[in-house]
Amino acid sequence: MNEQGKVAELRQELVNSGKKDKNHAAKKNALKKIVANMTMSNNDMIALFPDIIACMQIPVLEIKKMCFLYLQHYARLKPDIALRALPVLQEDMQDTNPLIRALALRTISYVHVREFVEGTIEPLKKLMMDQDPYVRKTAAITVAKVYDHDKRLIEVSDLIDRLNRMLKDDNPTVVASALSALQDIWERNENIKLTIDYTSASKIVSILPDCNEWSQTYVLEALTSYVPQESGEALLLAERIASRLAHSNSAVVLTCIRVIMYLMNYISDQRKVEELSRKLSPPLITLLSKPPEIQYLALRNAILILQQRPEVLQNDIRVFFCKYNDPIYVKVTKLELIFMLANKSNISVVLNELREYATEIDVQFVRKAVRAIGKLAIKIESAARLCIDTLLDLVNAKIPYIVQEATVVIKNIFRKYPNQYESVISTVIGQIDELDEPEAKAAIIWIIGEYADRIENADALLQDYLSTFHEESIEVQLALLTATVKLFLHRPTKGSSLVPQVLKWCTEETDDPDLRDRGYMYWRLLSSDPVTAKKVVMGTKPPISAESEKLDPTTLEELCLGIGTLATIYLKPVQQVFRAARPRRLQDSPALQRKKEDLSRALGSPGMNLAFPSLLNTTVTTPGGTPLGGHQAAIEAADEYFKNLSLSDNSGGDILTSPTTGGVAGNPYVVSQNAPQQVYHPQAGVAGNGDLLL
Amino acid sequence: MLSGILLFNQKGENLIFRAFRPDCRPRLADIFRIQVISNAQVRSPILTLGSTTFSHVKHENIYIVAITKSNANAGIIFEFLYRFVGLGKQYFGKFDEDAVKNNFVLIYELLDEILDFGYPQNTDVDVLKMYITPDNLSSAIRSVSAPSSDTSKITMQATGAQSWRRGDIKYRKNEAFVDVIEDVNLLMSATGTVLRADVTGQIVMRAYLSGTPECKFGLNDQLVVGQVVHGIDGPIGNQDGRKATRAAAGSVTLEDCQFHQCVQLGKFESDRTISFVPPDGEFELMRYRAVENVNLPFKVHAIVREVGTTKVEYSIAVKANYGSKLFATNVVVRIPTPLNTASITERTTQGKAKYEPENNCIVWKIARFVGGSEFVLSAEAHLTSMTNQKAWSRPPLSMTFSLLMFTSSGLLVRYLKVFEKNNYSSVKWVRYMTKAGSYEVRF
Repeated sequence: MNEQGKVAELRQELVNSGKKDKNHAAKKNALKKIVANMTMSNNDMIALFPDIIACMQIPVLEIKKMCFLYLQHYARLKPDIALRALPVLQEDMQDTNPLIRALALRTISYVHVREFVEGTIEPLKKLMMDQDPYVRKTAAITVAKVYDHDKRLIEVSDLIDRLNRMLKDDNPTVVASALSALQDIWERNENIKLTIDYTSASKIVSILPDCNEWSQTYVLEALTSYVPQESGEALLLAERIASRLAHSNSAVVLTCIRVIMYLMNYISDQRKVEELSRKLSPPLITLLSKPPEIQYLALRNAILILQQRPEVLQNDIRVFFCKYNDPIYVKVTKLELIFMLANKSNISVVLNELREYATEIDVQFVRKAVRAIGKLAIKIESAARLCIDTLLDLVNAKIPYIVQEATVVIKNIFRKYPNQYESVISTVIGQIDELDEPEAKAAIIWIIGEYADRIENADALLQDYLSTFHEESIEVQLALLTATVKLFLHRPTKGSSLVPQVLKWCTEETDDPDLRDRGYMYWRLLSSDPVTAKKVVMGTKPPISAESEKLDPTTLEELCLGIGTLATIYLKPVQQVFRAARPRRLQDSPALQRKKEDLSRALGSPGMNLAFPSLLNTTVTTPGGTPLGGHQAAIEAADEYFKNLSLSDNSGGDILTSPTTGGVAGNPYVVSQNAPQQVYHPQAGVAGNGDLLL
Repeated sequence: MLSGILLFNQKGENLIFRAFRPDCRPRLADIFRIQVISNAQVRSPILTLGSTTFSHVKHENIYIVAITKSNANAGIIFEFLYRFVGLGKQYFGKFDEDAVKNNFVLIYELLDEILDFGYPQNTDVDVLKMYITPDNLSSAIRSVSAPSSDTSKITMQATGAQSWRRGDIKYRKNEAFVDVIEDVNLLMSATGTVLRADVTGQIVMRAYLSGTPECKFGLNDQLVVGQVVHGIDGPIGNQDGRKATRAAAGSVTLEDCQFHQCVQLGKFESDRTISFVPPDGEFELMRYRAVENVNLPFKVHAIVREVGTTKVEYSIAVKANYGSKLFATNVVVRIPTPLNTASITERTTQGKAKYEPENNCIVWKIARFVGGSEFVLSAEAHLTSMTNQKAWSRPPLSMTFSLLMFTSSGLLVRYLKVFEKNNYSSVKWVRYMTKAGSYEVRF
């Protein structure tokens, strides 16, 4: 049936039910069909708009709700017709039934049409003071909703102040809703500050037991806006919320972990910090009995937490062993944790476990397991031999992708421990025919070149690869060039026939600029001074480590302030994934604990100048995280140090939170310009950029 | 927070599309269909494309998707998606494509109630059912002119401190059923060492109690929670030696526990009492984890030999490690076979074994497994020769079973006290059951 015919028929059903329609059953039915068409089959039902508006006043809640749903769906397309619904909504906002008042308020504020948004403001002010808490909590959230539609409207009104006053409501759900609305607003505007003083923080913690699970999460999230001024306050607060770790809702647990981790930055008693840390492991592990998606989230956060607080999870490596039926994303993350938690005393169990994984079916997982074994050899020196033996065992099974992966990691082991494990070269070379991936080929070619003096038939092996030089990928070609040059330097007689040929290919027969440049470089080097050439090419290499994946301190700090958020899934700088998000840093306060090295550096530095604090203010402008050399570093360290000593007045007053709009730059007690002044919390992404980030 | 909730069937048809913020555009449904449903490469429940993040869970034959546009709290997202699925089950019995299609109006109504501007609101089914009901159950509250005493009762409930319980519940017979259900997880290496043995337990309560009952719940006389072991990085798989002294009856050591929101967490933290006002009907009171003194109900001894390239010989012995008065039911042992298995010959001392070529395993079923007994399966798998000789990955053998009146952790319910102002007497029932979680033995 065509769309028009369908619309006409539905209209007929809607209008013609007439007086016989007891309880409006026929209307209900027609409306259901309309809603179904609108949402499920995407049929255009917009032609029915006037008829729907006519139905809105029928005093049946279900019909009302369906009409409102329709309104939300089509209002943006036909704002002129939608306007006719406005009086109905305005009337409903004054209904005696609180459910209807809230429903109408919710609905009017969902409609992204100017008149609706503007029409929300006045009734909203009244409903924020409604006698019914259900209406009040809806009203609190409505402020954030209107802000999303039109910032200006809110900023010129006193709604934020009113919202602020709602934090004193005696209903916990209303308070939590107001807090989440304030945070929502705050995320979208860089000029808004949200600070919570100790009294207020303490007060909102006390309502936690009376909140439902979601409200608890919102309250906990708000606590990261409290900047402890005294270590004792931070500790007390952390201890007071710690009981939330036993909540069955993982959002409550993870957010609670976030807040405790945050507060730990301000606690001076290291014993207490350790005590708190210990409380974090069990709930984190208990989340592993939740559905896989939540396990995944918990595991990703475990990786994060472990980098910040290595004492967490220390005794628990077994719980991360994979179950055969774990989804692949859980397995891969567990594997990372196993790698991180592996140490001298558990390495043999870990290797047995990894060897088990290397026989599984999922190729990606198997490869990661093999790679992990190789990386463990680099991480734990005393276990290198054991790791290599495990790898060789796996190589002997002759499964091509295992062999390739093992070849790559063995190359790295050779780099890390030169002249120690070369006895295995022959085994590795023996598998050369299994290799067909560029990375593995490049690895074996590197091994051949590096050890050309010990591999008897190095020239023949290289010759094999050189015969297909032009078909190889650039990665392999580069490796071949270097290896041939190394062969020549090791054993000039054997290499002399190959080198000119390869150099010619690289300089004359390639389109790749890197390959050509490197070719010319070797050529000139070899032709001008072979001794220097040997020194350059065969020189000692910088050491490698297995910890390359560690997050840099700034990213780590930022991610720890967002434990449980989506960014922790990616473990990348937040702005890289969520472009519009705003950077988050730890706020400075007298209680903020500095890393010990900062302090000692500051105390021992000759450049520390007590006489000119004002000078310090103006000279150090480098944002934290950028390494500064020598004198400059000392100044900065001193600056950081004195920042802690500065007195600050905590102007909290009796206002719970004080988001101030506009360019009011707060913090009169900031000593250094590089003190993080920006308000943290990520901003809601607005810009639509089509980039793929998988 | 959430910008929208979308439901899809397996074909990728969009069943429900509910936007909570203007940035949730209709075209996002197509993007999810293309990027996730019809993309076999997808291996993560979370996908961020540009500024949009899709988080999804699968249940029955539907995808439940949350759309977010910022660095949102992922804990809230997934916990909410599962809560939504739970609500669907409580409302419709089953939450699948048919249920969604038959109840979509109600689902929209629910979504409008449980999410406001994308922030999860009260999701407790008891309270929701007071004012959002299937339409054949037309309650007075569904009319716009419902008496204000009724509506304010609802609104107080939905925003109050006990959002999970109505105040006016009456039963002629006051009863409470407590089920202690444990999943015991085992991972045993080929050499017989226990790599991992732990228990995840839940205590499910069905409360049919009048009024506002305050319950107190007592576990073993000696309850240790979250005692962290100091010292060296624990010798793996060897906990028996470390903590054997505490294995004495009457004590249980839980690694951690988590409670339903009705439990007063502060009280538990201070003096280990579990006190609460329960929701009406069934709910999960508590969830816990134990790793010490885990009693493994079954010991498995597996000998699997590959004879040349054409044959695999199995000898699997399973012994019941519990009292002879108890018996496990529905015991199933799954024994993997190589992919190129042509035929199987098998013999068992008890139960029936059958080769399931589609799953590459021998399935050995024993309907009733009495404590103390031991049964053996011997089998031979004959393999077809393959041109590409690849080693067999030997996936672990796995078991499922259920065993009544037994807890692997040793947890016991000592008492359940009910205090109510009417002082009625109530009857309480306790049941214990241990099931296999992931019970795997490598060979």
